[in-house]
Amino acid sequence: MTGPPAVWAEAAAVAVSRRTLWSGVDLDIAAGEFVAVLGPNGVGKSTLVKVLLGSLPLSAGRVRVLGREPGGASQEIGYLPQRRSFDPSLRVRGVDVVRLGLDGDRWGAPIPGLARVSAAARRASARVAEVIDLVGASAYADRPIGRLSGGEQQRLLIAQALVRRPRLLILDEPLDSLDLPNQSSVAALIARISREEGVTVLMVAHDVNPILPYLDRVVYIAAGGAVAGTPAEVITGPILSRLYGTAIEVLATSDGRLVVIGEPEAPAHHTDRHSGHPHADPL
Amino acid sequence: MALLAVAAPRLGWNPVSDIDQLLRYHFMLNALRAGTIVAVAAGAIGWFMILRRQSFVGHTLATVGFPGASGAVWLGLPATWGYFGFCLAAAMVVGLLPRRALGAASSGLSEESAVIGTVQAMALGAGFLFTSLYHGFLSGTTGLLFGSFLGVTDAQVWTLLAVGLAALAVLVVIGRPLLFASVDPDVARARGVPVGALSFLFVLLLGAAAAEVSQITGTLLIFALLVMPAAAAQQLTTRTGRSLALTVLIAVAATWLGLAAAYFSAYPVGFYITTFGFAAYLLAASTRLVGGRPRRAGR
Repeated sequence: MTGPPAVWAEAAAVAVSRRTLWSGVDLDIAAGEFVAVLGPNGVGKSTLVKVLLGSLPLSAGRVRVLGREPGGASQEIGYLPQRRSFDPSLRVRGVDVVRLGLDGDRWGAPIPGLARVSAAARRASARVAEVIDLVGASAYADRPIGRLSGGEQQRLLIAQALVRRPRLLILDEPLDSLDLPNQSSVAALIARISREEGVTVLMVAHDVNPILPYLDRVVYIAAGGAVAGTPAEVITGPILSRLYGTAIEVLATSDGRLVVIGEPEAPAHHTDRHSGHPHADPL
Repeated sequence: MALLAVAAPRLGWNPVSDIDQLLRYHFMLNALRAGTIVAVAAGAIGWFMILRRQSFVGHTLATVGFPGASGAVWLGLPATWGYFGFCLAAAMVVGLLPRRALGAASSGLSEESAVIGTVQAMALGAGFLFTSLYHGFLSGTTGLLFGSFLGVTDAQVWTLLAVGLAALAVLVVIGRPLLFASVDPDVARARGVPVGALSFLFVLLLGAAAAEVSQITGTLLIFALLVMPAAAAQQLTTRTGRSLALTVLIAVAATWLGLAAAYFSAYPVGFYITTFGFAAYLLAASTRLVGGRPRRAGR
């Protein structure tokens, strides 16, 4: 890979209300990679996302996103926040939500019918249609988004994050609260987008299994530190045992997938993700 | 005496003569002018209020307008000043209250609604005191609470127009980012949309709208123009532009029909505008139930 790394950090640390969440984090994610950020609840995975977006400063160390200070490259980052579902009564179409990702930050009000006379407006509509097609959401994009299923909403939100052709896609638990078939199909979709569009994907994940076949690299955050590397390097018994502070065994199946045994169970509900209670995520 | 020479308005089968009767008096012209201005502003701002689920805030701002207006009348000032002064001041206070995201479904909501409810009750009480202090103000309480179309002055029409146009101009400028911040605040924030500032600005717009509507429908019936048209339009279409246009159309229609009905009958305007708004909503909801796509099972 050439050019500056998509995400680069050196001895980065972050503190929230004077409590250090993690420190000594080094990252070097090359352009076009598909990377998962993993770790127990409350360890600061979403905090890492906030740092990369420039909404939270580091307490120590340095970080660069697309070669710039965090926040400096926001036009080139597509961001999908942690799972949010739209109110069923929200009477706004999916296509309009995607469109907001394209020009929702521009002042003024959209003029209905402009696409008939303005080439720029036509291009914008075409781009929205194209990206909706890319995520396979064309069949239901005209329906009110609140009425769609979780998987359908998530596809449209990925389209929204992609609509400006970002170089870096930051996804915060995009598979959370999806059922298993949707988890694997959305994971495959994200991998395909990363490969075909050449987008670097940084995905905070709760469960590594649906994305394991596609990952170039994983970053584990736990107990104040972080480990980064290929899945085969990092998802090993000794490294995870040290990270979680409990005995963990990792087995490889014949098709190359990794099965992690002995990890603590995750709580069924995540009402307070940042409480820092001692449960850990499954892999 | 001019008043005695005039027959009571009578609704007939000739629409030209009916409209002629409707527009014969200056007070009625002013009522229609004021009503139209208010309906347009309230429709557009109400549409966003529904989207942002801030009806409770809107209602509270209107309630605060009641002591403002009655206090102004007691002190010999135009009621319009009282409405705008109090509603906008209250909007600033509400806008500066710390709120989480959209205020919906967050733990901060219950405390906020308790504070707002407390203020609302106090405002109604204080307004009642002011109307009592002003003994000569006959039936004033009813007019302030449930609306009246009599005695709209030229100056009031101009004030309503100026505030209404200013509010609409602001809404046009912030329209798209406000929609983004309302539908999808997290992503909007990440895209650099000033979500907090927009939220504050919108509450100010809501204060202006509440003050405007109060002067037609009264403090307690503002939802007739702030909620009903938007709710009806959102039943009929999910297209943003059409939905907004339809909202304004329904608001204006309900206001005109309500004013005309009140003019030709003995019953109050607040009742009529509410009735026409409600009818529009029922019609829209039944249209959607009959003609709408079958609902999807599950999520």
